[in-house]
Parts: sequence; C-alpha cells; structure tokens
Amino acid sequence: MTAFIIRRLMQAVIVIFLMSVIVFFGVNVVGDPVYMLISPDMDQAEIERTIRNLGLDRPIWEQYFHFLKGAATGDLGKSFIFGEPALKLILHHMPATLELAFTSLIMAIVLGIPLGLFAGLYPDNVFSKGILATSILGFSLPTFWVGLMLIMLFAVVLGWLPSTGRGDTAVFLGIESSLFTWDGLTHIFLPALNLALLNISLVIRLTRAGAREAMHQDYIKFARAKGLSTRRVIFVHLLKNIMIPVVTVLGLEFGSLIAFSVVTETIFAWPGMGKLLIDAILQLDRPIVVAYLMIIVAFFVVINLIVDILYSILDPRVRLRDQGQ
Amino acid sequence: MSTVDEVKSAALNEAAEGQGHAAPAVDVETPLQRFLSEFFASWVATISFAVLVLIIAVALLAPLITPQNPYDLAQVDILDGKLPPFSDAYTGYTMWLGSDGAGRDLFSAILYGLRISLSVGVTSGFIALAIGMAIGLAAAYTGGRTEAIIMRVVDLQLSFPAALIALILIAMLGKGVDKIIFALVVVQWAYYARTVRGSALVERRKEYVEAATCLGFSHTRIIFRHILPNCLAPLIVVGTVQTASAIALEATLSFLGVGLPQTEPSLGVLIANGSEYMLSGKYWISVFPGLALLLTIVSINLGGDQLRDVLNPRLKR
Amino acid sequence: MTTLLKKSARFLAAGAALTALTAAVPAHAEELTIGLASEPTAMDPHFHNLGPNNAIAFHIFGRLVGQDENQRLIPDLAVSWQPIDGNAWEFKLRPGVTFHDGSAFTADDVVCSFKRAPDVPNSPSSFATYTKGKTVEKVDDLTVHIKTETPYPLMANDVSTLPIISDEQCEATTEQFNQGTAAIGTGPFKFGEYVPGDRIVMTRNDDYWGDKAIWEKVTFKPIKSGPARVAALLAGDVDLIAGVPTVDIPQLKANADLTLSQGVSNRVIYLHLDHDRDNSPYVKANGGGEIQNPLKDLRVRQAISKAINRPAIVDRVMEGVAIPAGQLLPEGFFGVSPNLEPVAYDPDGAKQLLADAGVGDGFELTIHGPNDRYINDAKIAEAIGQMLTRIGIKTAVETMPRSVYFGRASRGGPNNTPEFSFILVGWGAGSGEASSPLKSLIHTHDKERGFGSSNRGRYSNPEVDKMIEDALATVDDEKRQDMLAKATEMAIGDGAIIPLHYQVNTWAAKKGLTYRARTDEYTLAIGVEKE
Repeated sequence: MTAFIIRRLMQAVIVIFLMSVIVFFGVNVVGDPVYMLISPDMDQAEIERTIRNLGLDRPIWEQYFHFLKGAATGDLGKSFIFGEPALKLILHHMPATLELAFTSLIMAIVLGIPLGLFAGLYPDNVFSKGILATSILGFSLPTFWVGLMLIMLFAVVLGWLPSTGRGDTAVFLGIESSLFTWDGLTHIFLPALNLALLNISLVIRLTRAGAREAMHQDYIKFARAKGLSTRRVIFVHLLKNIMIPVVTVLGLEFGSLIAFSVVTETIFAWPGMGKLLIDAILQLDRPIVVAYLMIIVAFFVVINLIVDILYSILDPRVRLRDQGQ
Repeated sequence: MSTVDEVKSAALNEAAEGQGHAAPAVDVETPLQRFLSEFFASWVATISFAVLVLIIAVALLAPLITPQNPYDLAQVDILDGKLPPFSDAYTGYTMWLGSDGAGRDLFSAILYGLRISLSVGVTSGFIALAIGMAIGLAAAYTGGRTEAIIMRVVDLQLSFPAALIALILIAMLGKGVDKIIFALVVVQWAYYARTVRGSALVERRKEYVEAATCLGFSHTRIIFRHILPNCLAPLIVVGTVQTASAIALEATLSFLGVGLPQTEPSLGVLIANGSEYMLSGKYWISVFPGLALLLTIVSINLGGDQLRDVLNPRLKR
Repeated sequence: MTTLLKKSARFLAAGAALTALTAAVPAHAEELTIGLASEPTAMDPHFHNLGPNNAIAFHIFGRLVGQDENQRLIPDLAVSWQPIDGNAWEFKLRPGVTFHDGSAFTADDVVCSFKRAPDVPNSPSSFATYTKGKTVEKVDDLTVHIKTETPYPLMANDVSTLPIISDEQCEATTEQFNQGTAAIGTGPFKFGEYVPGDRIVMTRNDDYWGDKAIWEKVTFKPIKSGPARVAALLAGDVDLIAGVPTVDIPQLKANADLTLSQGVSNRVIYLHLDHDRDNSPYVKANGGGEIQNPLKDLRVRQAISKAINRPAIVDRVMEGVAIPAGQLLPEGFFGVSPNLEPVAYDPDGAKQLLADAGVGDGFELTIHGPNDRYINDAKIAEAIGQMLTRIGIKTAVETMPRSVYFGRASRGGPNNTPEFSFILVGWGAGSGEASSPLKSLIHTHDKERGFGSSNRGRYSNPEVDKMIEDALATVDDEKRQDMLAKATEMAIGDGAIIPLHYQVNTWAAKKGLTYRARTDEYTLAIGVEKE
C-alpha cells in the first residue's frame, strides 16, 4: 500500500514538473508583454529598462530555472501587471469562483433531479418530452450566448436582477461570501444559472436514464410487489440509487465548472479566478497564466491521487494488479 | 461543452463496461436496413438529419448560392454596413438577413462561416479519431505496461476540463485555423482512444479472435478485419457528440477572443462580432449566426442521441 | 453626421464647457457609481504610468500642475511656475494644504515624490520618462526649483503627470498603497476600499483646499466588456459609464432616461507606412512577386490618402462619433497647424497618382492593425482595405490582439526592426500638445537620444528632425507653437503618416447627471455634475 502511494506520488510530481515545462515555455512564445505594459510616451531606453526589470532580456531557460527556484519555495512569480505575487492574486480571486461553482451545483441538483425524475417516470408524457428536448438545448446552447441573453432579459428588459459584478459580502462562520447577503444573492443568480445550464441538462439526463433503467430492475419490481407506496418506492429506493451516479458525476464536474467559469465570469464581470486568467491571457501577464495552470494541475493531480488511493483501498483488485506489474 | 462529452462518453463507456463484457455495443450482423429503419423511426431524428444534410449542403455550395463573397474586399462596401434584414444593398441584391458592421451580407457570411465551423469541427474530429483509434487499438492489443502507460495518460488528460486545455493551448499557440484544429485534436483524441480500447478489449477476448490468432492471421488483419469493425458503433456515437462539442468549443474560444482570427470568421467569430450590437437593437448581426450555430449543434446532438439509442441494445426493450 | 463634421473640436469642447456652466450646484451630497472600461492595476500612483491608473490617482493625489478637461495647464499644488534662468524652473507651492492624514504639504513632499516615482520596484512602466534629467531642489518650504541640463520648455507639462505623495510614505511599498495605509494624498477624495477586479471605493475629502466634491462616496466598477457596461447602466447598477461602444450610441441617445456626454480626445488614428525598406515584406507585385517598395514614392502615399473616404468611416464605422483628421492633434491643441485640412476623398485622383508613380495597375498590400485597442479598430482596418482595393491596391486585412500586435509592429522584424509594411495605429498626446506625437512618431528613430520611439514607418527627414529639436529647446511659447505647426505641416505634406480621424469619447449617465468630457479620456468623479 505504501509502495503504491509512493509510486503514485512520484508520478504526480513528474506530471506537475512536465506540465510546468510545457506551460512555461508555451506561454513564453506568444506575443510581447512589454508593449502591453509600457506607456507609449516612453523612449527606447526606458522600454529596455522595463524589459530588464521584468527579466525578459534573459534566455528563456534561465527564466525557467529562476521560476523553478522560486516555485520550490512557494513563490510562483510576480504578476507583470499588478506587481504582486501571482499566487496571492489567484488565492484572492478564488473564493468568488468557488462560491459561483458551488451555487451552480446546487442549482443543478435542485432543478435537475425533479425534472429528470419526472421525465424518467413518465417517459410518454408531453411535458417529459419537452424536458428532454430542453435538456438537449442545454447541451447545445453556447454558454456565452445564453449569458448575453440572460443579461438582456433579466437585467435590461425586465430589470429584475443586476447585470454584472459580485454583490456585497458578509462573514458567516468565518467564511466571507456574497451568499450571505441579499445583494450578493441577487448578483450571483444569473451567472450561477448560466454556469449551471449544462449541469442541469446533465442531471436531468442522468436522473432520467437512471429512473428508466431502475424501473426495470428487480429491486424496484420487488419493492412494488411488496406493496410499498409509489411515493416510497420513488423517493427512498429509486432516488437513493439514482443519486449515486448523479453525485459522482457532479463531483467530477466541479473541476470543469471552475474551468468553464472563465466564460461566465467574463460575461458577468465576476471577479473570480477565471476572469483573472482570461485577462492575464489577453494581456500576456505570463506569471499569472503559469501560476494559475500550476495550481489547477496540482489540484487535479491531487484529486486523481486521492481517487486512486480510495479505489485501491475499496477494490483490492486494483492494488493487486498494480503490484503484479 | 467539454463537460457534456466527458460525461456522455463516460456514460457510454460505463454502459459498455456495465454489460459485463457480455455483448459488444452493437451486433455485427445487424443489417444496415434495420439500423436505418430504427434511426428514422423517430421523426425528431429524421428532421434533424434532414436539417444537418441541408446545413452541410449549403455550406459546401456557399460560393455558388451566396450573392457575395463576404471576404473579397472588392465586393464589400462599408456603406452597406448594419442594414436590417431585407434591405437592398448598394450593389443591387437583397440582403435577406441584413448586413454586419463591415457591410457584409449576413446570409453570405453565415454560409461561409458554417464552412469554417464545420470544417474545423470535422477535420479536428477525424484527426483525433485516427490518432485516438490507433492509440486505443495499440493499447488494447499490446496490453501490459504499454497499455497501462497509455491509459494513464488518457485518464490524466480526461481528468482535465477540455475547455481549459484548449484555452491554454491557444494561449500558447496563438490564433489560427491550424492552431485551433491542433488544440481541438489534443482535447479530443483521448475520448476516442478510451472508447476504442474499451470495445477492443471486449472483442479481443472473444473466441473468434483467439481462433484467428491460432490460424496465424497477421496482427494487422486481426485488428482491421475483426476488432475494428466491432468498435465502430460506439465510435460513431462518440464522434457525433465530439464534433458538436468541438464546434461549440471553437465558437466559445472565438467569442473569448482567443479562437479564430477575423480573417477566418467562423460562426463563433460572427456571434462575437455581433454581440456588441445586441443592446443597440441590431439583433440580426448576432442572432442569425447564433441560430445557425444552434441549429447545427442541436441537429448533430439530436441525431447522435438517436444513434446512441439505436446502437445501444441496453435501452431497447 | 454632417453637423458633426462641421463641428470642430473646439466647438465640442465649448459645448462641454457650456453644459458644465449650466450645471447647478447640488443641494446635498450623494453616492455615485461609475462603470470603467479599463481597470487600474494598483492604487500606488507611481506604480504604472498608464491612463486608468493615472485617472484613479488624480482623485486621491494632487499634482503640482493640473490639467483641465482640455488638457490646459492649471494650478494645483503649485500656485505659479516660471523659468528662472535658462535651465531651471521655479514652482511656488500652495500654502495651507494638508494631506488626508492631516500633515501639511511642503516642498519635502515634492522632493520625495520625484525621488520615488521613477524607481518603484516591479513597475511595468515607470514615470522615469517625466523625471529623467531633472533635479529637484527645495528652496524653502513653499518653493522648489527643478533643473535640467538644457533649456526645457515642457517642464510644466511633465510635472503635470506626476502625483505628489506625502514624504512620510516615501518608502511605502505598492502593497501598502493597495491596502490603503499609504494611499494618502491631497486630492478631493480619500481612499476607501480597493478590491482588485471588482471595485474601488473613495470618500470625499472634506478638507480639500479647492472646491469640494459633490459626491460623498464614489465607487468605481471595472466592467471591461462594452455591452455588459451598457447593460449595467440600463439596469441601474451604475450611474455613469465610460467608453460607450459607438454602436450603442444612437439607441442610448434616444433613451430619455440617459444623458450622453461627448468630447474629442487627444488621440489621432493614423496609418504608418514603410518609408525605409526597398523590399517591404507585406508589399507585393500583383500575383505575389517582388516589387520595389512603392510606399517610398510620395505620390503613392498621397494616392492612398486620397483613396480613403474619411467621412464614410466616421459615419458608418464610428456611428458619426469621430472627426476626420488632417494632422496629429485636433484643432484647439497647442502646436497644431491652422493650414491642414483632412484630405478629400478622390478615388480618380488617387488612380491618376498611382499611374504617375508607375504603378497604375496597382499592387498587393497587407494592412495590419490591432482589434482590441482603439474604438472599432478592426472595422476601420477593414474599411481601409475595401477602399484601397477599389483603386487597385489589392489589400488584405490582418488584425490581431494588441498583445501580439504592438510587439510585432515595433520590433517583430530582423534586428528588432518593425515587422509590418502598412499599419493602423493611434497616438494620444499625453502632454496635450503637438511635440508629443512629433517627437515619437515623426522624428527619425534614434535610440540613443530617445527620439522616434514609435516611428514604426521609419520616416526620416533631417529637416523635420531639426525643426522638432529646435522647438523642444525653445522656451518661448509663441515661437514654439509656430515651430511645431511648421514641423507638422512639413511632415504631413511629406506623407510621413496618413491621419484618419480623431477619436471622440462618449460617456453615458443616468438622467440628471452630466460628465465634463475630457480630451485625455480620463473618467473623473469630479467631472460628474448634477443638472
């Protein structure tokens, strides 16, 4: 077991190292950040001084070793544009993104499961067909397009909700979040819904498929035969079994929610990590791009590691196979 | 979008594996006719197939049926800019869908945009399919350490959101058709590899393959004549879903300003250009390309949905 | 549109001033929320010499010399300034001014600010451009002398860019400024809160030495996307937005709940052509073969200028919100020539000129431009492409994000030379007078002496160079004004660059508010007035 974990850990370190090479060198070939920073009034000598200050005059491998040296001590470089540590900036923007992703997950569950259940239990109902068709739309509609439409409809035409930005925050149980204020809730609704659309469709389909399959399974037939009420069959036996894949998939989806928040945050001017990343890409703030990616890579690698370890504990075959090689 | 195909293909694989290695995803003997009659039994699928055929046809024939080549600057006049639908252009013909900010006929621009969107989606899909298939087959066929390493890489890549990988690749490579195709291939190949490997593993254990091996058939022959045909059904399903999501992903990247350049205006670029006109009441500049994109993706997805139902015996009752 | 064409820059400015005069003095103070088009990168006024940062800094910090909405110099922390001998200027400081923390403003603060500004660690773009070659001396508490090695007429212009901090904060880090502990100035507003990416909050400085602000609390919200900014205004989330997208202007104008403020800027949009290389990489003969660079022929440059329908660009691409340009700065600025008009649209004359130059059959050209820097930049490039194609110059249009564009345009070719042959660019004269574009765009590229840093066409004319250099050493305003105008006339006549139009900036506010439009494109809370 220990050997297994150590081997996986080493793999994780190798992956992170390789990614750092690819990302660092990749990001450093595009564009010229100097011209994104300087004021046009500056003369040539001043421009060169800026290039030197940013360390861009040195060969790329030297820059990389400089980065590695810093990374070993937890310093992922300083933002070209803000002059502050990239790591600090990213951590600063993280809560906003997490709260957005979290809210949209909740929306996906609250809206997706009842609709999916209905569609699965009454597959021939017209309303069910409508749900199914809408869920296909949910898969197909480009997020950015829906975002613009939501702003148009709810903020401009109807004037019910604020169009952009994050609302007031409040501290509750030691967590600062905009979910604890009314202003914050009104601000988060549209972006969270926009981000959730895909997952709502996903949950609808998973629930529907699960319900359809389960109806033919023996345990449901048995429960019915036992004379349990329909309500009990659905809400206890059926739902419990459907929830397992739904929760698993949604858990895995959390990562891509964070990735996809790039689009939603851009449209709704949500001050999260995604917007920080896209701004950094567009403005060539390379240290932020690199740091963001290293954090994400590390994040996913760690999740994978944990999943692997849990698997090996739960399923001895995995462990045995691994040792056999 | 990434999420969709991830989970869809995960669900697929689950379905394939869930069958306890008992049956392949599709019956080899199933006649084409039966497949067709089952596919077209659903009117939704029939309509979406017809729409898709129409979309592909107009995209291919764009130069013949559009009144204007929207990217030949000699044919575009800034004085025609932002005309509403059904306006008559300066140069004579009627702009059925209006014109964009530069004076391009939107109908023409959309057809040309469709060409680019579809060709980016399909090209990247085919390249990814070829690469993924080769790698997946190699993994399934060789087994052992090679397989373990390949599948480790596949799992690792699939654990990252596709949109993020594409975004990063584009951030490194810059804009351009070739670059976005490359990014989309990198994003997609692993899905195909996993699908092929899953089905191929099931096939490989079958007696007829063992028999073929005993008969001394070459590996190539066994792979291409016996194993591959049996992997096609899930590949087709994954392929449709992937193509739709590739088109959507390209549009998203273009909207974010990191996808295709203005000189290669896909539907995503057209929508992005038009989105700035949305609040000013010039809805047509972004709504029509948006509808074209929507129609394309929905028809592919609906067709893919029906394909999966038809090809997946488990849901057939 | 025609009315707008007739209106000169001065007229627009006068209109803006008129609305300012009619604005009533408010009865009670209130809160104001502003949607900004671009976000400042720090609260440290010396960290990043860039428009959005400078605009925010001017709320909290004072300068020795201020700039009014037309970038004319006005007294701020200095009450008067004048050259005392050939190489030095004397600034008399305003007595009785206090910083937000209550400490008095003296000459020491000026000395400290000049010391800190050029040398902030990690600064991506420092103020050294303005402080270089100047030594600041404290004469007494309310007098400073600033010395240069040679006579320097632009002293007050340079000084007007530099925010003054308290000398107690001389060693403060950018981080301390961002947290607010060091963000202590003499300006009309005090630092309130800074949440990067989300908001900047300021409160009124009730001890301000000048007219106190009417707004008790101001919140700036950066909303980069144009449509989102407009949506935020329409939804009532913000009271005022900067950078109204031109496409939305007609619709917002028609909206009775909103007021629009417009003003010409100091920014000219122009074309730079390759004056240098005999074989220019993006100029080809018909069919793609090599060709002797025709852009070096004055007649070809004139033909290009004549082929451009400036009124059509202004009307169709810019929604009427721009002014056709004939030189480097709009009318009304210091050093502009009264004799230069925009070149009239004359496609036949252009074809004739091409024929005279021996390229009557045209040639192939690629125009390069940014797509996220200037108002409608990519569309302008496309319109130029259409117009040149019509006179036989088959023009391909290539636009790219500024992150890629400016690097390549400035030093993407061999030996860090400019890469492109024919480019669309803009220039905003930060100093508010004509020497700024002349020095950077027109003067021969000269790295050692710091001239021609943005001369991406490598235009070089010793006669023009001499006139620019002479003007820069002439302290007498009247003489200098003439010299700058003469240099401009000669350069434009020579086709050094081809001016297209001056940008007009638009702000939109909810009804009851007006914004005093500024030529420097800054969005300042003190410029927002109630009707």
